[in-house]
Amino acid sequence: MKQLRTKAKLSSWLVTISTVFVLVLLMLTSPAAAQRKMIQIKGSDTMVNLVQILAEEYMAKKPAAAIAVLGGGSGTGITAIINGTCDLANHSREWKQKELDLAYEKGVRPRIFAIAVDALSIVVNDRNPIESLTMAQVGSIFHGEIKNWKILGGTDQKISLYGRQSNSGTYSFLQEHVLNNKNYSQDVKEMNGNAQIIEAVSQDPAGIGYVGVGYLYDEKGEVRKGIKVLKIKKDEKAAEYSPLDKEAVYSAKYPISRPLYQCTNGKPSAAVADFIRFELSPEGQAIVEKEGFFKIGKELMELNEKNLR
Amino acid sequence: MGTVKKKGLLGDLKENLIQKVFQTSGLLAIIVLLGIFALLLYNSIPAFREVSLKEFLTSTRWDPTSPERPGYGLLSMLASTVMVTIGALLIAFPVGVAVAAYLSDVASPRAREIIKPVVELLAAIPSVVVGFIGITLVGPLIARIFNLSHGLTALNGSLLLAVMALPTIISISEDSLNAVPVSFVEASLALGANRWQTLVRVKIPAAISGIIASLMLGMGRAIGETMTVLMATGNARAFPHGFLQSVRTLTATIAIELGEVPYYTTHYYALFAIGLVLFIMTFCVNLAADIILEKQKRNLQ
Repeated sequence: MKQLRTKAKLSSWLVTISTVFVLVLLMLTSPAAAQRKMIQIKGSDTMVNLVQILAEEYMAKKPAAAIAVLGGGSGTGITAIINGTCDLANHSREWKQKELDLAYEKGVRPRIFAIAVDALSIVVNDRNPIESLTMAQVGSIFHGEIKNWKILGGTDQKISLYGRQSNSGTYSFLQEHVLNNKNYSQDVKEMNGNAQIIEAVSQDPAGIGYVGVGYLYDEKGEVRKGIKVLKIKKDEKAAEYSPLDKEAVYSAKYPISRPLYQCTNGKPSAAVADFIRFELSPEGQAIVEKEGFFKIGKELMELNEKNLR
Repeated sequence: MGTVKKKGLLGDLKENLIQKVFQTSGLLAIIVLLGIFALLLYNSIPAFREVSLKEFLTSTRWDPTSPERPGYGLLSMLASTVMVTIGALLIAFPVGVAVAAYLSDVASPRAREIIKPVVELLAAIPSVVVGFIGITLVGPLIARIFNLSHGLTALNGSLLLAVMALPTIISISEDSLNAVPVSFVEASLALGANRWQTLVRVKIPAAISGIIASLMLGMGRAIGETMTVLMATGNARAFPHGFLQSVRTLTATIAIELGEVPYYTTHYYALFAIGLVLFIMTFCVNLAADIILEKQKRNLQ
């Protein structure tokens, strides 16, 4: 009996030791260790396509560079910088105070770069007769106060809301700047990214959703089929502007535009800094425009320069 | 003599060792189960420092990132999960039992040979593929039939989960129908009952606990399913009032939010609390199914 018990103990030890061994092995072979030179970029879903294309162009020019771009949402990117699991985070909203506190607590010093400007676009189905809305109306719709298109002059149909999940920078940005920090309606269907919202709204005649301007265009640079991009008025009296109108966005007449950011922990390494310089170069900014987003202005560029040094 | 003894000792040792290995693997399963429960419990408790248990269980508002006031109510999601699951079983159970009865009593051996593997193959479809079918095929169909603007509804989730629960229901129901002793059937036929009467009045009642267990196991499958409902039901947080509304289940909530939640916050712990609720639900359902199955085995013996 005693012998049996020692054997049982021995085998349980064996199990423990082999488990630890396997875990250590896994850690040693994890991608982080194997590909130390790979620049890991993570975050905003709005920015993932843009940064992917920037990275591809950059890698075509510098074959030695290796960059991996992942989405997941701005919150995911910022969390990754705080936890040290990526080199560069994409985020389409600013850092929250809570996140900054957490970062400082962990010794992380975020340095922020604006690489493009986005015009947050409100889209409806192309069968919807509505052409424009005021900021307040958009807010009321997503807050859940306006529930029927009829109130806005459309057909008698319940508004079908599409939005992003709470880790999205676009979700936070709209909540802060258009809903004035009020809650989203509980009826918002939470989609897993900009592309899904476009897809859903193009099929739903009563649908409304919000996406980054880059997602409005297809591969040929034309506005996607099945959706209509609404013109937005700052208030009742203001003129209406479309996010498709470059002039209006650059002159800040289109009321819901925002910078798209990247951030590093502390001064960026030489490799990362070189990539950021490429993004900010006229060549990089031309790609930004080609992808439907907007170039950054002088003030933000100066800030970037300061943070690169 | 000496060599024989030595061999015997070695054989003993080998047998002992093998026994131990199996014993450890058995124990490991229990340890893992207990470990998961402990982990969930340990990570759930801190949530209730800021959220009252009453709010968690009775409020319908789940909005942890709200700038106005965070809400941690579970009820809408719980109701959504229950609704989608019950809907799935309402569809899958009658169909499943009918198929099982057909396979065990009516089908020719050749038909059985074809249908059985096909049913089992149904279980092999990845849930993400089922979800995709829900988005592209079933959802739009629902929208057209019920004249809705979109088909991302609870009904969509129920239909898809019904398909996913079918293999479990069919194979376990069929097993328990086959386990009914031949003497029962023979006695019934000898008394002049026809095959239909024998099936409905003798075989199914004799196998009823196994059939109910299949229902429970199908339910366990449906409650825990994540990817399909995440893709197909629209994920709106509002309390469900009908099958033609978008709903967000417990599993979908965890899948959506756990990836990006800042660690060690109330929101993070609250997600674990949802996990604990799910664990308890599936555990009870599976346990009940096991007890019923065991009972049937004993009754038929």
